[in-house]
Amino acid sequence: MTSKYQPDKNGYFGQFGGAFIPELLYPNVKELEDNYIQIIESEEFQKEYKSLLKDFVGRPSPLYFAKRLSAKYGAQIYLKREDLNHTGAHKINNTIGQILIAQKLGKTKIIAETGAGQHGVATATVCALMGLDCTVFMGEKDIVRQAPNVARMKMLGAKVVPATSGSKTLKDATNEAIRYWIQHPETFYLIGSVVGPHPHPDMVARLQAVISEEMKWQLKEKTGNENPDTIIACVGGGSNAAGAFYHYMDDEEVELIAVEAAGLGVNSGESAATSQLGQVGIIHGSKTILMQDEYGQIVEPYSISAGLDYPGVGPLHAFLYESGRATFMNATDQEALDAAYELTKIEGIIPALETAHALAVLPKMTLKKDQVIVINLSGRGDKDLETFIKHLKE
Amino acid sequence: MNSVKRIFQHKSQQILSIYFTAGFPKLADTTTIIKELEKSGVDFIEVGLPYSDPLADGPTIQKSSHEALQNGINLDIVFEQLMSIKNTNKTPLVLMGYLNQMLKYGEHKFCQKIVECGIDTVILPDLPMVEFENHYKELFDAYGITNVFLITPQTTEERIKKIDDYTKSFIYMVASSSITGAKGEISKQQIDYFERIKQMNLKSNLVIGFGISDNKTYSKACEYANGAIIGSAFINFLEQNSVAKIDEFVLSIKK
Repeated sequence: MTSKYQPDKNGYFGQFGGAFIPELLYPNVKELEDNYIQIIESEEFQKEYKSLLKDFVGRPSPLYFAKRLSAKYGAQIYLKREDLNHTGAHKINNTIGQILIAQKLGKTKIIAETGAGQHGVATATVCALMGLDCTVFMGEKDIVRQAPNVARMKMLGAKVVPATSGSKTLKDATNEAIRYWIQHPETFYLIGSVVGPHPHPDMVARLQAVISEEMKWQLKEKTGNENPDTIIACVGGGSNAAGAFYHYMDDEEVELIAVEAAGLGVNSGESAATSQLGQVGIIHGSKTILMQDEYGQIVEPYSISAGLDYPGVGPLHAFLYESGRATFMNATDQEALDAAYELTKIEGIIPALETAHALAVLPKMTLKKDQVIVINLSGRGDKDLETFIKHLKE
Repeated sequence: MNSVKRIFQHKSQQILSIYFTAGFPKLADTTTIIKELEKSGVDFIEVGLPYSDPLADGPTIQKSSHEALQNGINLDIVFEQLMSIKNTNKTPLVLMGYLNQMLKYGEHKFCQKIVECGIDTVILPDLPMVEFENHYKELFDAYGITNVFLITPQTTEERIKKIDDYTKSFIYMVASSSITGAKGEISKQQIDYFERIKQMNLKSNLVIGFGISDNKTYSKACEYANGAIIGSAFINFLEQNSVAKIDEFVLSIKK
C-alpha cells in the first residue's frame, strides 16, 4: 500500500518521527529497520501471524452493532470488539507480530514497558507462548492501580520491574526500558505503542492494521459499504487508533477522531491531552508532539487511565493532527467514567477506562441518524474494576 | 580552532575531564565548581544541562538532574551563570544535554547563547549521525560549534571512520554497553575494545567515558586513549563533600 501516511526512509511522517537514539542502540535499531518490512511481508510470517491471530487471539474480533447506544445518540454505532481478544485488548495483535519478528531476528530476551498493564500482559503472554525470557517495566504508581494485570504478568512468568523515577507512570517505565535496552543491546524491545524510534511506530501500526483491515469487510457485510462515516478511538501513544485508522487514512471521506485524556480538564494542570497542550519535541526516540515546558523539560501527564497517561503521541498521530487528517478531541476522567457506566448499563459491556474516553465524546458530537460510526473498543474493563467501584460508591 | 582541540595540541596524554550537573548540589554552585575544577588543573569541563528524562544517564546523574531542576535551574540561568565567568575562566567548557532542550529553546537561539558564553563544543547523546548530517551539521558549522560523537563497543568500523572524519574536537568513547555510572573496574572485554579502537589509528583524539570513577580506571583508560571523563563519581563526591574540597577529588584521580 502506498500512502502519504507511511514514513519516509528516515522514519518521518511529515516533520515527525525519526530515530533519536544514543549510539549504543544504533545497531539494534538498524537491524530491525533493515529487516522488519521484509519479515512482515513474507509469506511465512503472514501465515504464522494470521494463524496465531485466528486460533490464539480469537480474531476476527466482532464488529458489533450497538443498538441501544445508537438509539440513544441518534446514529448507527458499531463497536469493534478488540476487548474480546485473548488478554483483553488490542495489544495482543502487536505482541504476536513482534514476538515472531524477534524470533526471526534470533532474539531470546524480551523487554517491554507498560502503563495500564495490557501491553505487559500481552507481552508476557506471547513470551510464555514462545518460551522466551520476559522483563516488563512498569511505573510504581501503575503497579498499584493496575494490580490485577501485575498479577497476571507474574503468573505468566514475566519479571515486573518497577520504574521509580519521575511520575512513576508509563513515561518513566519507557525511560527505564530504554535504559535497560542500552545496557543490554542484545535484547528485543517489544514496544507497546506507535511510539519510539523508527521503525517501531511504523512496525506497530502495520501489526495493528489488522483492526481496520477487518473493519472494511465487516462493514461491507453489515452495511454494504466498507467505509464508515466516522471512526473514533482513544489515544495515549496511539496504537489502537493507528490500527483502527490504518486502512482508512487515504480515504479522506472517512472522518477520523482521536480522543485524548483530558484528566481533570485540559487546562487544569492535570491532563494528558497532548495535542492541545504539547509542542514539537523529542521523546523516547522520536520527534512528535510533546507536553513540555519552555525549556524542553517533559511535563508530567495525568489521567485516571494508566494507558493514556503519556505526555506524547506517536509521530503518525502528530502528523494526522498537524495535517488536519484526524480530529483530536478529549474527555475528562469523569466523562470517561460516565461513558463506561453508560455502556455497561445499556449494552452490557464494561470497557477499559482508556476505551471509555473514546465513548465519552459521543455526547459532544452532532450526529446524523444515518451516520455510520465505528468506535474501536480497544480493551475490556476488568482491570479497572476497582476504579469503577470506587467512583461508583462516591 | 576548537577550544578543546587546542588542549590536545599541548597535551596528548592523561587528559582529565570532569562532568558535573549545572545547578547541583545548589543552584549557584555551577560557577564555583568550574572555578574549583580549573584551579585543580582539570583539562576541560563538561557542563551537564539537567534534563527531566535523561535516557543515557544512570541513577546518579538522573538524581542530580532532578535535584538541579528542583533547585530551579533552567537554560537561561545556566547561560547567565556561564556568561558571568566567561572572561575569567580559561578551561574549555563542553555542554552536555539532550536534543529536546535545544529544540524547544530554539536551535539558533541555543547556538547563539553557547557562542556568547565562549563555548564551542556540545555533546548530545541522542543526536544520531543521520540527523547531524541532514540538519545539524550546517547549523553547527554556521555558529562554529563542534559536535562530539559517541562510539561504543557496537559501533562498526565503517561508522567509526565516518565519525572520525566529522570530528573536530574529540571522539567520546563509551567504555561499555551502559548508561553512565561508576562500575569500579575495567574488564578484559573492555580492554579488547579499547585495543581494537587504538589499532585503528584514528586522526581524532579519543577520550573514554562512562564507568570511569577513580585513579585505577582513569589510568587504565589513559593507556588506550588520550584521556578520560569522570561524571557520576564526581557527582557522588559533591553529594558528600563541599565544593571547596574539589581539588581533593581531582588529586585522588591524578595521584
